[in-house]
Amino acid sequence: MTENHLATSHLGAFDYDPAPESASIARLRDAYGLFIDGDFTDAASHASFASVNPATGADLANVAQANSPDVDRAVAAARHAYDTVWSKTTGAQRAKYLFRIARLIQERSRELAVVETLDNGKPIRESRDIDVPLAAAHFFYYAGWADKLEHAGYGANPRPVGVAGQIIPWNFPLLMAAWKLAPALAAGNTCVLKPAETTPLSALILAEILQQAELPAGVVNILTGDGATGAALVEHPGVDKIAFTGSTEVGRLIQRRVAGSAKRLTLELGGKGANIVFDDAPIDEMIEGIIDGIFFNQGHVCCAGSRLLVQETIADEVLRRLVRRVEQLRVGDPLDKNTDVGAINSAAQLAKITELVAAGEAEGATRYSSSCELPSAGYWFAPTVFANVSSSHRIAREEIFGPVLSVLTFRTPDEAVAKANDTNYGLACGVWSEKGSRTLWVAERLRAGVIWANTYNRFDPTSPFGGVRESGFGREGGRHGLEAYLDV
Amino acid sequence: MSERLDVRKTYKLVINGAFVRSESGRSYEVRNAAGEFWANVAQGSRKDVRDAVKAARAAQAGWWTATAYNRGQVLFRLAEMAEARREELSQHVAAAEGVGGADAHASVARGIDRIVWYAGWTDKVAQVLGGANPVAGPFFNFSLPVPSGVVGVLAPQDSSFEGFVDTVLAPLAVGNAVVVATSETRPTPGLLLGEMSATSDFPAGVLNVISGLTRELAPTLASHEDVDGLDLEGAGDDHDELAAAAAASIKRVRRAGAGDYAASSTSRLRSFVETSTVWHTIGR
Repeated sequence: MTENHLATSHLGAFDYDPAPESASIARLRDAYGLFIDGDFTDAASHASFASVNPATGADLANVAQANSPDVDRAVAAARHAYDTVWSKTTGAQRAKYLFRIARLIQERSRELAVVETLDNGKPIRESRDIDVPLAAAHFFYYAGWADKLEHAGYGANPRPVGVAGQIIPWNFPLLMAAWKLAPALAAGNTCVLKPAETTPLSALILAEILQQAELPAGVVNILTGDGATGAALVEHPGVDKIAFTGSTEVGRLIQRRVAGSAKRLTLELGGKGANIVFDDAPIDEMIEGIIDGIFFNQGHVCCAGSRLLVQETIADEVLRRLVRRVEQLRVGDPLDKNTDVGAINSAAQLAKITELVAAGEAEGATRYSSSCELPSAGYWFAPTVFANVSSSHRIAREEIFGPVLSVLTFRTPDEAVAKANDTNYGLACGVWSEKGSRTLWVAERLRAGVIWANTYNRFDPTSPFGGVRESGFGREGGRHGLEAYLDV
Repeated sequence: MSERLDVRKTYKLVINGAFVRSESGRSYEVRNAAGEFWANVAQGSRKDVRDAVKAARAAQAGWWTATAYNRGQVLFRLAEMAEARREELSQHVAAAEGVGGADAHASVARGIDRIVWYAGWTDKVAQVLGGANPVAGPFFNFSLPVPSGVVGVLAPQDSSFEGFVDTVLAPLAVGNAVVVATSETRPTPGLLLGEMSATSDFPAGVLNVISGLTRELAPTLASHEDVDGLDLEGAGDDHDELAAAAAASIKRVRRAGAGDYAASSTSRLRSFVETSTVWHTIGR
């Protein structure tokens, strides 16, 4: 570790001045209602809760807590809008609404980026450059499909499913809303969307945007609330389709709940992505790719490359360079434009990360954590790398969903494939090698929905995303993403 | 009190992103459907066509290697620009085609919607026309649609806006650069769209618009060695002769059709697309 400390003090000479984005750009209101039938309304119970800035612990705004009566109202509004308006709206008209929404997201992008960073804790660089532009791009992409559904490969006249209930997680709040709403609306469905309990705010800004776009009332309804709200939506008999992104644990509950009903279901769940590094990989790009694969969005990424599988011949060098690179990550104020790693989203998530990291140490893995200074308020965890991890360790098997990387080694391509597939998950993997034929050989054998070669964590509206095995089923994005919302 | 004199506009060609008079210095009178004077319009020459082809060739690679998303944004921007000038376009369509105001408005609206339709195609063509091929061997084999290159379009003589939009936007959407000869007698709606392209982030040279006598412009487009595709929609009586001239450099030729410029078919999109197939070995 001596070398690391040398590296740190050397870099200290080149420290950055703070470059914070202004929180006032968010223009948050004190309180937000539920978005039902085109208007913001109180919850029937008048209950509400605060959404907290995880970087400071301060309350940002109050949002309504939706309960069963509110779910009833929202589903009824969605059904009415489907029957009377949306199912009679031509594809070309639906396209124009979606183009409007895309344009409005672009126009309010700065505000949305700040809201996302305040509510989620992610670095402004990511919300500004990734979350918000990708959300707009998703609406653009699916806008183009709305009047071309007969070309999508699902038959001559594919019909929508009806009313979709959509439940999204807290790690990419606006982007997940876009992933859910854009294909559903393009295909002609109406929606009831439930954002995550800890990150409801950007979805409420999106509700304002839907009003600005003059989307007909009831086509999209947005219900803030907790797990009980989601459960009421899942069980509602007026819902034709459930789309859920979140943990495998909750996904399993939802699948059980809808079993025996005619409801359609897609699940995008957890992962324990293997990032496989062969000894011929270009090492500088590969180190950056590994770092991005696990520390992007504080590791709150279902497809994170949280298991690094390194070929033994280069394991020492890779580890040495990784530890040095981790030390250089800038951890702190998410609104600072130079920040690499922001806040952990909630106390509960921090507790989970802390517990699993303790298990890693107890089970004998070697821990390297950044010596960065963590802010005193809010929820924080120093970027961490574990070496000497074996496949049986909890930190190699369980999804940590935090800035923690487990490093394992392998000798041959066969062993790499076997270790990568030694998991119940199957969302994403990475392969790093200059040898294309071997990359494809490995990719063919990996049981994962997405495989990145010499890159990681790439997302695009045209590219299908989703898992196999306990990472869920169904695809979002691309031509394939339409299928979940078509009666085909 | 003297009445204000209106400022009359000279309609120029669009070549390599610039608004130019014909290098020949010629212009011609365009009359409305009732036979009254409507506008003076540049009368493009063979040399103008050759200049436009050169500009299109230079611009095509950049247009194609821009992301499909970016091309879609540019085409959508064109729709936004056209939407803002709907009134003007409708006046020109009404004058050119001799239709009533309501019909002209409807035609322009359909044309703008058609631009939006093509804007949505840019990043979907590969997913509809391309795909992986399960060859019997250890290979990853996939086919991608790629643009033909430079496409010459003889825009329809009758449908001055809708037809112009459909024939021009289809090759643009898939990544071609276009040299279009407008309708000879109804050129102004197409020239206006050319003007709008200059404020829609089109790289210079991607869309070149030339008005003039079809019998002068068409043979040059049809026989030019550096034109890869030819749409004969507005070719008229010389149609088959032009098609034969295109054979010299094995151009892709789209023959004149039935004049449906709002078809849901991808036929026009597929007219100027090549299939590029890549084989990659798979092995440890």
